[in-house]
Parts: sequence; structure tokens; C-alpha cells
Amino acid sequence: MFDDGTPIYQQIATRIKRDILDGTIAEGEQVMSTNQYAAFYRINPATAAKGFHQLVEEDVLHKRRGIGMYVTEGARERLLAQRRARFFVEVVEPMAAEATLLGVPLADIFSHLEELETQKRRMR
Amino acid sequence: MNPSFEEPNNVVEVDDLRVSYGDVTALEGVSLTLEANKIYGLIGRNGSGKTSLMSVLAAFRRPDSGQVRVEGRDPYEDAELASRICLIRESGDLPTAKVRQILSMIARLRPDWDEALAQRLLARFKVPADRNVMKLSRGMKSALGCVIGLASRAPLTMFDESYLGMDAPARYIFIEELLADYVEHPRTFIVSTHLIEEFARLFEEILIIDKGRLIVHDTVDTLRERGVALSGPAEIVDRFALGLEVLGEHTLGRTKQITVYCHPGDDLRRQAKAAGLELGALPLQDLFVHLTTREDAP
Repeated sequence: MFDDGTPIYQQIATRIKRDILDGTIAEGEQVMSTNQYAAFYRINPATAAKGFHQLVEEDVLHKRRGIGMYVTEGARERLLAQRRARFFVEVVEPMAAEATLLGVPLADIFSHLEELETQKRRMR
Repeated sequence: MNPSFEEPNNVVEVDDLRVSYGDVTALEGVSLTLEANKIYGLIGRNGSGKTSLMSVLAAFRRPDSGQVRVEGRDPYEDAELASRICLIRESGDLPTAKVRQILSMIARLRPDWDEALAQRLLARFKVPADRNVMKLSRGMKSALGCVIGLASRAPLTMFDESYLGMDAPARYIFIEELLADYVEHPRTFIVSTHLIEEFARLFEEILIIDKGRLIVHDTVDTLRERGVALSGPAEIVDRFALGLEVLGEHTLGRTKQITVYCHPGDDLRRQAKAAGLELGALPLQDLFVHLTTREDAP
């Protein structure tokens, strides 16, 4: 963990965003303090604080004086919108490029996705 | 606005420091300012001058020239200040006595000594309190040094390669305990190490000393962002490399990879992406190796 070469504070911000997206932390809920976070992941508290600060700048978190940091209402919806906007560029386009490289026809991709959907429906 | 409120609280101020041993120069032209309550990583190759710098800060020796201030005072022969500075050296500096006796001796010298913490750490590192220090293993001696360094709670605490012989689990305990105690009792730490990747997450700022000179003083994240590996077709990479500080290069067939040192504010990453080059991060350790071996190249 914390080793893909990007600054650690960015990795912390990304991790918290992911927790908000998948519902691990709910909107309006208090997040760990930077000190707790630092102790838990064994990182310098200033680095943790920088990651949290970035999220405050983006209004994903907000401070309540003397109490702590909370997830801003509406943050999840905004994060989802950002991620959706990047989805086709960051996920679909590289996949299409890989498929072209390997000679995988578009039709195979469609049928595979449909198969996944059917499986998901059966699981429910 | 009160100007003194804006001024950072500097715990260490060094100006144009020079230290030599006979005709060997250990440090030359070193100037640095360390703000209070941060954890600094001090890295450098063997014989680069790390120990000399810490020895001067701890008043173990006097500089040949230049000015050294700790909490605004000259540390040399200042007994009151000395009780606020703790340097744990690789050798441990431990007398021949039982662990328990050594701890009670040090407790008397350290105004902020935390006995409960010392006992808890001793147990966690599994150092037997009744054993004579001479009969401790290398790793246990080191662990005892770490216990003393943390429990002293000195406002300026320095660890000089204090982890030699400690195995990975023991080093992890040390990093964890240092952070936990630092959060509760903020103070200034200078930690020298060869285990850059393992310790980097502990540091807020990194100082790199090479051949007696301070060559880098930066935050860990900034430093991490400065090393970039670029790869792509050799001719594009070569064109791109013009005017950059290239630290190293490898060629494999028609592909070339260069590692570059970029300066803050450079638009390098975006330009490299636009040029169709692949970008990779450079581990801190690699960056360190590049920066400290530049003139050694044949």
C-alpha cells in the first residue's frame, strides 16, 4: 500500500474518495482524524493532513471546529459524476484499444457484458 | 498582525557549517533551518557526514567554523540545553550495566522522561530488564537505544542508524511507536537511515547529504514527484531529453528509458504525455542513488 509512486497524500485522498463512493463512509458521517489515520497507516501526520486538506478544498470533507472532519452532503453524487465523466476516457477507450490490438471483435465484448448482466440477475 | 506569530519556530539553525577530522573534511558549507515539531529524514551514503552533523547538533563535538543554534542557543557546553537534546548513536553509547540500571540513570538526566512508556516499549521489544547490556544481541541493544530515545521525550531527538541489527518486525514497531508518541507529544525528530523506502513514510521532510554537502532539503512528496522515468522510442526520448537533468538512461532495442530530475513547477509530465512518452514514478531510493552517485560514474 502507498507505493505506486504518486504522492502519498494523493493516495490518501483517493482512498477516502473510494470509501465514500462505495458507501463505507456515509455522507454527514465523521471521518477518522488525521492523527488516527497517521497512526493506523503508519504515515507522517502532516502527510495525512495534506490528503485531508485536499478533500476539504474539493468540498468532499468539511471541518467542524474542534470536533473533526465530516463528509459533505452531496459529496458522493459529485464524486460519482466526476468518475462517470472519466469512465469512457480512462476505462472504455483503453479497453477498446486493447481489443483492437488483440483482434477481439466488438460483438464479443457486447455478448460478454450481457452474459455478466444475466449472471448478476440470477444472483439476486 | 503580530509578526512574531507568523515566524516559524525554528529548532535548528545551521549556517555555513564546516567540520573536519585532521585533513579530512566531513562537512562543508552546510546551512539549514529546521522547523520545530517535524520529523526529518537524514540520508546519505556512508561517510557522507550525517553523523558529523548530528554530533555537532548534540554538542558532541565543536564545529571548525560556521554557526550552530539549537532553540536559538549555541549547544556547545550548554548543560541545560543538552538535557533537551537526545542523540541515539548506532553504537548505543551504553555503559556496562543492567538494562534496568541504565534506564534509571538516564531517567535522572532527562527532565521529560516517561517511565511508563519506557517499560511498555521494553516489553514490546522483548528486551529483558535484568540482563547486562553486554549480553544483549545487536538487535536488542539497538532496540534499547530506541526505547531510550523515545522515552526521553527530548524536544530535539535524533536517531543515527539506531536500528542496525533490528529485524523488520522490530523496525515496524519502532516506526509505529515513534509516530504514536509524536502525535501525542509533538517534538522534532531527525532520523538517519539507509532504509529509505521503509522509513520514508515516517518523514515530513528529507535532507540528503552527499560528500559533506547538503544537496536536497525538500518535503517527501515533493521529492517523490521530482524523479520521473520516461520511456518511448529512442529518437523521441532523445529529443525530449534536451535541456533536462538526466540522471540515468537505459536502452532496450528501439526503446529508451531515461530518468530525469524535474524542478518544481515544471510542466514536464504534461509535455511528456503529449509527446506520447510513457511516464513512470521513480522510487525514492533510486532517486537517492542517482543523486549521490553522479560524479562516481566512469
